[in-house]
Amino acid sequence: MALRLHCPHCGVRPVDEWVYGEVPDPPDHLTGADERDVDRGFMMSNTEGAKQERWFHAGGCGRWQAIERDTTI
Amino acid sequence: MNEFIEAQVAFGWEDLRSSYDVVIVGGGGHGLSTAYHLATRHGMTNVAVLERGYIGSGNSGRNTTIIRANYGIPEAVRFYQRSVDLYSRLEEETGRWIMHDRKGLLWLVHGTPGTRHERARSIVNQAFGADTVYVTPEEVGRICPEVDLNAGGGEYRVTGGTYSPHAATARHDRVVWALAEGAMKLGVHVHQRTAVTGLLKPGDRVTGVLTDRGPVSAGVVVSAVGGHVSTLAAMAGVRLPIRTHPLQAFVTNHYAGSFRPIVASAEMGFYVSQTPRGEMLLGAGIDSQPSYSYRSSYEFLSHCSLPAVTLLPFLRNLTILRQWAGVCDMSVDLSPIMGYTGVDGFLVTTGWGTWGFKGIPAGGEQMAELIATDRTPELIAPFSLNRFKEDRLMFDPGSTGTTH
Repeated sequence: MALRLHCPHCGVRPVDEWVYGEVPDPPDHLTGADERDVDRGFMMSNTEGAKQERWFHAGGCGRWQAIERDTTI
Repeated sequence: MNEFIEAQVAFGWEDLRSSYDVVIVGGGGHGLSTAYHLATRHGMTNVAVLERGYIGSGNSGRNTTIIRANYGIPEAVRFYQRSVDLYSRLEEETGRWIMHDRKGLLWLVHGTPGTRHERARSIVNQAFGADTVYVTPEEVGRICPEVDLNAGGGEYRVTGGTYSPHAATARHDRVVWALAEGAMKLGVHVHQRTAVTGLLKPGDRVTGVLTDRGPVSAGVVVSAVGGHVSTLAAMAGVRLPIRTHPLQAFVTNHYAGSFRPIVASAEMGFYVSQTPRGEMLLGAGIDSQPSYSYRSSYEFLSHCSLPAVTLLPFLRNLTILRQWAGVCDMSVDLSPIMGYTGVDGFLVTTGWGTWGFKGIPAGGEQMAELIATDRTPELIAPFSLNRFKEDRLMFDPGSTGTTH
């Protein structure tokens, strides 16, 4: 079965209705302004495991939701 | 027993040494091709390929085996044409049958924007050495009579397309085995069931890897890891512009006819070819969620099948036999990333997303040259990780068979 995400307004809905929103997360050890900009623009942690994400429920309530998800299951 | 396993009996398995000149993490096509080219082109054989499963068990064993160079930007056309050329010589070179079959690729369009796009593709291809021509609907019908030129009652009417006679398929396992055998014959170690659990980085430099069989020091560590590359790179303190997405595919039962070309339609979102066994092999775009899960879904089958039976009505009579998923390292500009990482002793060949199989020979050849000479070859210089810092992205909408 395809991934389903829980929406507090609409209930559990299939991933087709959602748009993923990448949240930039430059690590603290990057301190230069340019370095941080490059990281925010392109780099991703690509976390393997539990992770806090932002998803836009385009096919439902039309709101951004903070969703915790494990990327390995 | 397959030829590769038979050959192994003669080689015998080697013990893991405590030190190598080059340690390659990931025993898929790219890792083994890099080892193969280091050994055959540069005489470097103190090399180990470490694979946590068995060789070819990752994306090399899960892809849809299409070889083509009909890309959208000059740098990519040149690179993949090199790969097409190397593939066509690989059987002769290794003495192994990889079931290389030059069947041609039809890339169909269904309206004005697509037509403009495909005309541009054919011009860029011809200018930079790949054989791609624009074709009319009548020519499409001649090349592939199974295509319904008035698909969907006209909704997906075929208005033309490009035809790339150079495109081919090969048997993925045999490619992996041929490269592994060729490298091992010359003394390269391929260690299966050897998981890399960490990197040795005492200072600013990566000096080796930690494995579940003990530490191994290395002059240079090369990541040829597929979907899990960000996790390995993070151990070296390297950040990558990569997000891992699952990609699914399926095969049908045997089709009694001969379906000659590979057919793709970006607008309809799928592509199809016939395997040497006669099964019809279908694929589509990646799953939208970032994920490391190998889970397949019914939704994928239904999304992929509907346009497929619309364009190719004979598929209606077939049955789906198997489906599977791989996890792909998708780069933000849909082009590979090869070479230096900014951390000494740590190189990557990554960002192979959904287009890794076709890049195996050239990717390995060029990475081997980089390792042996410590200079980035001209062919892959545009694909360095530095391009993101320098703001010269290699965005290539032609890199994928379907829109992402």
